[in-house]
Parts: sequence; structure tokens; C-alpha cells
Amino acid sequence: MRRILSILLENEPGALSRIVGLFSQRGYNIETLNVAPTDDISLSRLTMTTDGDDKEIEQITKQLNKLVDVVKVVDLTEGAHIERDLMLIKVRALGPDRAEINRCVEIFRGQVVDVGPSVYTIMLSGTAAKLDSFIEALGDTTVLEVVRSGVAGISRGERVLSL
Amino acid sequence: MEMLSGGQMVARALEDEGVEFIFGYPGGSVLHIYDALFNESKIPHILVRHEQAATHAADGYTRATGKTGVVLVTSGPGATNAITGIATAYMDSIPMVVLSGQVQSHLIGEDAFQETDMVGISRPIVKHSFLVKKAEDLPRTIKKAFHIAATGRPGPVVIDIPKDITKPEEKFEYHYPESVKLRSYNPSQRGHAGQIKKAVKLLLSAKRPVIYSGGGVILGNASELLTELAQTLKYPVTNTLMGLGAYPGSDPQFLGMLGMHGFYEANMAMHESDVILAVGARFDDRVTNSLDRFCPGAKIIHIDIDPTSISKTVPADIPIVGPVASVLTDMLNQVRAQREQDAALPDADALATWWQRIEGWRESHGLWTAPRYQQGDGIMPQQVIESLYRATAGDAFVTSDVGQHQMFAAQYYRFNKPRRWINSGGLGTMGFGFPSAMGAKLAFPDADVACVTGEGSIQMNIQEMSTCTQYEIPVKIINLNNGYLGMVKQWQDMQYEGRYAESTYADSLPNFVKLAEAYGHVGMKIEKLADLDAAMDEAFAMKDRLVFMDILVDPSEHVYPMHIAPNGSMADMWLSKTERT
Repeated sequence: MRRILSILLENEPGALSRIVGLFSQRGYNIETLNVAPTDDISLSRLTMTTDGDDKEIEQITKQLNKLVDVVKVVDLTEGAHIERDLMLIKVRALGPDRAEINRCVEIFRGQVVDVGPSVYTIMLSGTAAKLDSFIEALGDTTVLEVVRSGVAGISRGERVLSL
Repeated sequence: MEMLSGGQMVARALEDEGVEFIFGYPGGSVLHIYDALFNESKIPHILVRHEQAATHAADGYTRATGKTGVVLVTSGPGATNAITGIATAYMDSIPMVVLSGQVQSHLIGEDAFQETDMVGISRPIVKHSFLVKKAEDLPRTIKKAFHIAATGRPGPVVIDIPKDITKPEEKFEYHYPESVKLRSYNPSQRGHAGQIKKAVKLLLSAKRPVIYSGGGVILGNASELLTELAQTLKYPVTNTLMGLGAYPGSDPQFLGMLGMHGFYEANMAMHESDVILAVGARFDDRVTNSLDRFCPGAKIIHIDIDPTSISKTVPADIPIVGPVASVLTDMLNQVRAQREQDAALPDADALATWWQRIEGWRESHGLWTAPRYQQGDGIMPQQVIESLYRATAGDAFVTSDVGQHQMFAAQYYRFNKPRRWINSGGLGTMGFGFPSAMGAKLAFPDADVACVTGEGSIQMNIQEMSTCTQYEIPVKIINLNNGYLGMVKQWQDMQYEGRYAESTYADSLPNFVKLAEAYGHVGMKIEKLADLDAAMDEAFAMKDRLVFMDILVDPSEHVYPMHIAPNGSMADMWLSKTERT
């Protein structure tokens, strides 16, 4: 089952490599990884999606907690949460295709952020599944380049992951 | 406030931390630190002959004393040579602080001479690591390293120190903190009261209980509490390879070691039990045999300070996360409280029946109730350990390397006290025994310290005979010489129809007696059983000499019992070359 883990991490050199290393060392899978400092510059917030049964996820969570640089770990998929993945996608846009692509972008509530004579660069955010659907909806349009941030997540309501 | 250079701060911080020995080897990147130690440190420094030995010696010192060992090595090859010893300490949860030199800060990343990314290389085998960037950070970082190494589940911590921040010209205010707090590191201090109550209820309802205790009991200094609990309940106890000595070996409630080469009665008791109390043990694959056939009728109570150890391989019915000493204290109180309400607990008749079965197993196949090995032409390896046990009155510090000799030592030396049995259980490091014996002997100069080894293992760190000459470290080397890599040969006998691929070199072994003498020590060669006991006594009578006892043992002998794998349970064992359960 797909899980989204949210991790508060000391913003120390090498801290991220300990997390990534743990996953490869113990044979766990990382699907996406998103990391940046928070409002408190001494802390980084990391969101990762991984796959595993309950036993595996329990072990992963415990192993992450054991790392000295890890302050807190939460499995967002255990409760109501919001996930967003940001995609920048560059597509071939010529002639009548340009209008068609525009319609598609509108439907998905994306934005064309850069326009060239023969290309569009589109920005779109949403769940990972929504971004996948958008690429599918583009149909025959030639996709030149895709870059995705990986999932960033936060729980709904009063639940807060902080110190 | 006192002004010190970075190098001086390292030297002073180690003194302020109460460090008793530094095991190390100098080199370019740590010369400022060495100069500071030379000028003003009172801490004895043991110059080894290879950095791996520095880590093992620090490790042996730690296992014997419980105090954190300290290693100092230079950058590059000095650091990489230490890796095997760090991994050894990590696998067995041994607290250790390793200070490694690093090239100057501005050269990091430029493939400078003797540069290696020590923090990167050591990452999977340390509890934590630091690359110190500013001299001012040194005292606090060193304090943090000792704190992290010794608390919670202990382990090695690396501090990588670039040369430029230790230079003598620049001085900084020195203050060594009394204590440190880390917001991201808070090991459990106490077990959950509700869980402990539930655990004791289950424990007292058991009809076929067994206590399975591991290295965590020794690391957590909880041997007396474990013994008290076991004797209060009159429950049988088995120890893992790492846990030997946590429960007195000569007590009748002790079933011996369990696992792959464990005692028949210990493995049978585990397999047939209805409640297992696992204390500071981690259900390692060398204990459990096939997981899907592991102890089918048992409910499991698992006490461990490290939550990742719980339900990692075998699911626990009642997990308790906490320091073993505090949890066992709480359990003893609970046992008293619950027995006040029902004095009939546990069921005495059921327990008597259970003990009868255990005694039956012990009588039929126990290693200590009758000789279970056939006398060959020469000396049997088991007889060497029995002779060692007799000569040292069962009170020596015994270190070992890895292989058949290690298992024979674990089976035949009855450890009555914790911290007396020192071996590389997790990583299985050949070359560990001799340097770790040096560390133990330095800590306890008046005690008998024996390194039980084989002619394969001893050659992996034999250069340390020179260190023993320099510092007069009179350990006894008990070399079980069978001319083969014995455990490799045993597996080749059992699984590869006796094809001894690269496991024999009998014709090219050195003359160990002359080799020992070349370093200024005493060498002895023992070939006949009739000479064994007298030679052993003679060796241990030479209190101030290192004695290398090269003992020729029967090369055909195997270690038994041995779990039948794959797809075997704990009760499936070879009992000899021809007999199995």
C-alpha cells in the first residue's frame, strides 16, 4: 500500500543522506522525496512516498525515528490529509494543437507559464494521481520534458507536525 | 576562561570525559592532536600496529568494563582501516567514540592526499557521526558523541575532525559541558506500566515458560535483576551467544546457549514453550532457525530498549520498550503484587512437569551432563576449553575470534559473570579476539585474560604481538590449531561433499612458537592430550608474560548441536555427524 511519510529533520549537513541511506541499506523503496527548510531554519520538512505492508511501514517508521537527526515522523496516510505534487511539463505546441492543449490545461486548472513558437511549458499541481491523469489527457501531444517536485503533504484539521 | 587550540581541546575534553585509554595510530591529519596529547595529556595512549586492532582493543576494553572506548586514527587509510572494528561494535551495540582526522577543510572534496569521506563511508555502521566544522564546536560535539554512544541502545559514534581546526596557532575559549540535551534524541527511560502488568500476568500463567536473554542484559547491567526474576519464578533461562554470563552458567536453572550451535535442552525448551520472555535479545537468524517454524506454541513477551528490534523478525505478543534494568525492576514488583493476590501462581505442578521434561533433554543430550564428543587420536578442541576452564577456575575474561573455536568456547566455558565472555557475535569478525583481549587486560591487569582463537583468525591481527611487547600486556593466546578454517571446513563437509575450497593451508602455517619468541613472548606447542593440563597451568602461572599456546587439535571435529537448515525449527538439530533429531 502507498504511504506518505512526513518527517521533521534537523537541518544538519548529511542528515538527508542518512535518510536516503537507510532506505537503500534496508531494502525499502522510495517513490518520491521532497525536502526543504521550514519556517524554523533549524528544521527541514521531508515528505516521502513509499510502498509496503503494515509490518514494513512500522519498521520503516521505527528505523527513521532511531536516526539521531530525525525529530518526528508521521504517516500522513493514517488520517485525513492533503497531498500536492507540482509538475512542470514542456510539450510540443503547434497549430491547432495549441488550442487543444490550452483547453486541457484549463480543465485541470493548470497554467501555461512559458510560451515559445513551438512549445508550451505548463505548471500543474495536485495529487500525484491528478498529474498522471493530465499527462494521459494530453493524448497525442508530444511531451518533451517532465519535472515533478514529488509529493508534499500535510494533515487536515487541527493535527500539526511540529516540535 | 581558558584559551585552547582545537588540538588541545580534543586532548582536554577526553580528560574531562574521564577517558582511561586512547587506542590509536598517528598520521598527518591528527598530528596537531597527537602533539597536544604528548604535551599535556595524562591519558595513556596505546599505539597499535593496525587501526583495526585499535577499534577491537577499545571494544574489548568496553565489553569488559562497560565504559565507552576511545579510538584515534588519521584520515584516509587510518579511517578506512578502522571500519571493520566500527562495524563490529555497531552490530553488537558497543559504545565507542572514534576520532578520525580529516584533511584541511578547504581541501575536502578535492581528492586530497589521504582524503576519504569518513562520515559517508561509516554512515551505515555508526549510531551517529559528526564532521566538525569549527574548532569552537569541538567540546560540545565530543560531549554529544559520548552521550549518544553510551545511552539508549549503545553504539559507535564517529567524529571526523579536519586538520586545520586543530592547529596550535588559533585559540578559543574552552568549556566542557556537564551534559547535553538533544531534542531529536530521547531514548526510552522506562517501560510502559500497563504493558508490564500484562506481561507479568502472562508470565505467571505460563505452564512451559522459558527466559531467553541476550546481550542487552549485559549492556544494560541487568544481570542481577534477571537472575532474581528467574530464581523468584524458578523458570529456566537460556542465553544467546552475546548474553552468556548474564545468568550464572553453573546454576541448575541455566539451560546453556541457544541457537544454531545451542544446547539441545535450550533449543527444545524454546520450541516446546508456551511463554517466552525475551530480554535484550533480538531473535537473530542464528537463534531462530526458520522463522515460519519458530516456537509454534509460544506467546512472546519482548523487552528491548530499541523499538526497531521488536517485531522485526518474530512478532511480539507483548512488546515492552525500555531499559532492561528498569523494566525488570518493575516486573519484579508486579510479580510480588500479583502473587499477593493469588499465591498459587505460577502453577507449581505444571512447572514441575516442565522441569522433568527439560531434565530429560539435559540427561539425554546436554553438553554438560556427559561427554558428547568422541575421543579422537589427539586433543579434542572441547578438551582445550575444559582445560582452560579448570586452569582459570571459570573466572577468566575469555575473548574469541570467529569459527569453531568460538562455538566450543561458548559451549564449554561456563560463564558465571557478565562481561567475561567477549566475542564478535553480530558481525562475526575474524581478528577480533586478540586485540579485544588486550583491551580487557589493560582494564583488568590482575585478571586472567585468554584469547581463544584458531590458526586462521589469529593471523588476521597477529601483528599486535608487537603492541603487547611495547606495553607489556600479558594475555594468553589459546590457539586451537587444526590446520583448516574449521567452520568453513565443517560446512564443506556437510554441504559440499568435503570439497575444501580454499579452507586449508596446513603446510604454510608459521612456526607460532618461534613467531611468539621473535616478538619477545613465550611460545608453547602442545600436541598430546597428556600434556595439555600441565601446559595450561604453566602458561597461566606466567602472570607477566604473553604466552602463545599453539595447540594441535583434531581437524575432523565438528561443532554440534547444529540447527538443520533451511526450513528447520529450533528443535531440528544435528547432534553428531550421524545422529539428528
